[in-house]
Amino acid sequence: MKKKLAMLLTAAMLVGSLAACGSSDNGSSATGSASATDSTKTDAAATEVSTEGKQLTVQIGPDPETIDPALNSAVDGGNMLLHSFECLLTIDQDGKIAPGQAETWEVSEDGLTWTFHLRDGLKWSDGSDLTADDFVYSWKRVCDPVVAAPYAETVLGMVKGFDEAQAGDLDALAVSAPDAKTLVVELSNPCPYFESLAAFATLSPVQQATVEANGDAWATAAETYISNGPFYITEWVPGSHITMSKNPNYWNADAIKLGSIKFVLMEDSNAAYTAYQSGDVLLIKDVPTQEIPSLQGNPEFHVEPILGTYYLSMNLEDPAFADVNVRKALSLAIDRDYVANTLMQGTYSPAYNLVGEGWVDTDGSSFNANANGGQSYISEDFDANLEEAKQLLADAGYPNGEGLPTITYTTNDAGYHKVVAEYLQQAWGELGLNVEVNIVEWSSFTPMRRNGEYMVARNGWVGDYSDPSNMLDLFCTGNGNNDGKFSNADYDAAMEKAASTMDTAERSAALHEAEDVLMEQVGCIPVAYYNDFWLQSEKITGIWHSAYGYWYFMYGDIAE
Amino acid sequence: MLKYIAKRIGLALITIFTVATLTFFLMNMVPGGPFLSEKAVSPAAQAALEAKYGLDKPLSQQYLTYMNDALHGDFGESLKQRGRTVTSIIVSKFPVSARVGGLSVIVALLVGIPLGCLAATHRGKTLDSVISVISTCGIAVPSFVICTLLLYFLGSKVKILPTYGIGTWKHYVMPVIALALYPTAYIMRLMRSSMLDVLGQDYMRTATAKGVKPFFRLFKHALRNALLPVITYVGPMMAYTMTGSFVVEKIFTIPGLGNEFVSSIINRDYTMIMGTTIFLATLMVVMNVLVDIVYKIVDPRIKLK
Repeated sequence: MKKKLAMLLTAAMLVGSLAACGSSDNGSSATGSASATDSTKTDAAATEVSTEGKQLTVQIGPDPETIDPALNSAVDGGNMLLHSFECLLTIDQDGKIAPGQAETWEVSEDGLTWTFHLRDGLKWSDGSDLTADDFVYSWKRVCDPVVAAPYAETVLGMVKGFDEAQAGDLDALAVSAPDAKTLVVELSNPCPYFESLAAFATLSPVQQATVEANGDAWATAAETYISNGPFYITEWVPGSHITMSKNPNYWNADAIKLGSIKFVLMEDSNAAYTAYQSGDVLLIKDVPTQEIPSLQGNPEFHVEPILGTYYLSMNLEDPAFADVNVRKALSLAIDRDYVANTLMQGTYSPAYNLVGEGWVDTDGSSFNANANGGQSYISEDFDANLEEAKQLLADAGYPNGEGLPTITYTTNDAGYHKVVAEYLQQAWGELGLNVEVNIVEWSSFTPMRRNGEYMVARNGWVGDYSDPSNMLDLFCTGNGNNDGKFSNADYDAAMEKAASTMDTAERSAALHEAEDVLMEQVGCIPVAYYNDFWLQSEKITGIWHSAYGYWYFMYGDIAE
Repeated sequence: MLKYIAKRIGLALITIFTVATLTFFLMNMVPGGPFLSEKAVSPAAQAALEAKYGLDKPLSQQYLTYMNDALHGDFGESLKQRGRTVTSIIVSKFPVSARVGGLSVIVALLVGIPLGCLAATHRGKTLDSVISVISTCGIAVPSFVICTLLLYFLGSKVKILPTYGIGTWKHYVMPVIALALYPTAYIMRLMRSSMLDVLGQDYMRTATAKGVKPFFRLFKHALRNALLPVITYVGPMMAYTMTGSFVVEKIFTIPGLGNEFVSSIINRDYTMIMGTTIFLATLMVVMNVLVDIVYKIVDPRIKLK
């Protein structure tokens, strides 16, 4: 009997200990259910806020790394900034510069002084007043070496005193507020596209009070994230969702129809597609590539160009590419139509120039259409191109590729990169060349390419603003993104001229001349232009997508 | 017992220290860095960033600074998720993973142990074969396949369960099934083989000869001994499952910790790599100590030294 009791006790202990062993899960599942109720409560609270209007649920990317305007350098973060902040100027549905926080603005004749006049009664999302001083503070913050903003030089490099400011003397930056409604910016050299920069998210105003009280952490919690845009963040659960509600203090709040926008931070395209099909999400950016063929022709499936080009960098310090004919042959042997429309399933468009669609010439017309006297640099007739390529290689002294070393093509493995690599093996094989593919993990790939540790590498650029100099600058001698180390005196001279002249026609001519030189010298091999593709429910109205890769949901609505 | 625990804690500290040191130097040997992007940051900004996070200092000095801070409980700021500390990220994400993972462990134990026992007692019969097939599938089919199938049928076709996020109990069903499948299958197999082993022992035959009823024979005499291998497995499995799964969390958009392990490495987010690794190592060591203690309770013959 005693023994039995002992056994029973041990059994009880066993059960108890198992439970203790599982204490962390038992315990946490208990707290789990408690906090699950908590989160349902907060969910309920969130819906209480958002029941004041319709909620639009969309999936346009994963968790942004940061949504601090000064620190952001990604499209994911940019999309959030666009809805929660507003710069001096904005970009409208047609891609044109439009008034934002500034109602009017003017530039001096020498192009060196820009004056912006703010609207009346501007307010932050917490209801406090927003003045020109807030812009002064925010712009100086972008230069602050302690903040270390990645885009500082891109957006403010031409402002007088930038170098001193970046060295630590912030007050040297020539940005001032003579009164609460006027902002004056003095440049050290003319910048014809400064309007685009004034609409650039990095230069959004941030509230000094919240930044100073909370440090870098101000941009990580809804409570401290004070903004000035059409919406403001009411909830952010990292890895799950960001909810923004209509900002009643926004100057144009009357035009906002949605009560809130929920950005679901999904990363898996199949999951996004399922959520779209079930109606949980009304717009998804991550469409599974295997679904694309069946989606062609579906009115819910959208493909639109963005400012970007998929190109190949040749390491021009490698003697194998010393001869321009070799470079040209490599370029001509690529069937761009096949790559873009078949291999990449039409999610890219064939690139016969470097600067693609969407880039704006100085007179507002399409830079791409004006290039090379209206003709593409690379002919669309692939068969003729291939013949020419073979001939060029023979002319260079390498008939059928004999005498050229094996070409190593380096790329990371994402999207269509590997498919393109395999295609290049075959396409350059047609020329008699031997191609080896070297797949490198992403974080190692970027420094390798930058340090010139490759022969040919995949490359790509998505524009920050629609002025073509943003892309053509990449090929200037010494540019940090000039991975191929292209260096050409004529090219540099043309770019120099484009940067210094205020005459729009002259500037346009200089930019086109630069592209002429680059394409003639085959400084890189453009392959395809980037597109964004997504699924969008037909219930959504009033939203648009820009060539920058941004979505504008603020003036959207959901039809019943 | 107390002496034993003290010794184990000492050993645990050495283990964690070694793991941290190795990770620190290994991650710095891998090419790349946290501040690289497709677009080159200006050299001035790059230098400013490195200075801000102390990455411009020699590696040995970085190591000493990190270890010193870590000993004082400061695991630094994430280099990629600017403005968030490593501790705050782990504190906010671990509970989510632990909840989903903890439920999965419970499911795995509640389903795996009985089915394993059943398979053992019905060795060679149809039931045994059916359970074998299930457990083989559970081990062989990767979790992303399970997730996708579940999503397709329950989320998209039948539409009875929400497809993403964590909120009500309904949100837990699919991720818990997906996470529990492998451990359940594994426990079934372990349980079956160890139970068969025990059932063949002399004392079991004696029990049978004494006329002990099958039910008691199984659960009173055999189960305790047969459980030992399962307990060995459950400790580390629990640590893994509760820190979240990259795949399952990604597919169901669960804001858990599993994703951080992988993305910190891809991003070269050094402080996050260190933080998550030390966290997992600590959890693992704790689980192992717990397993040893449970051993002692289940089988008093085991001496803890």
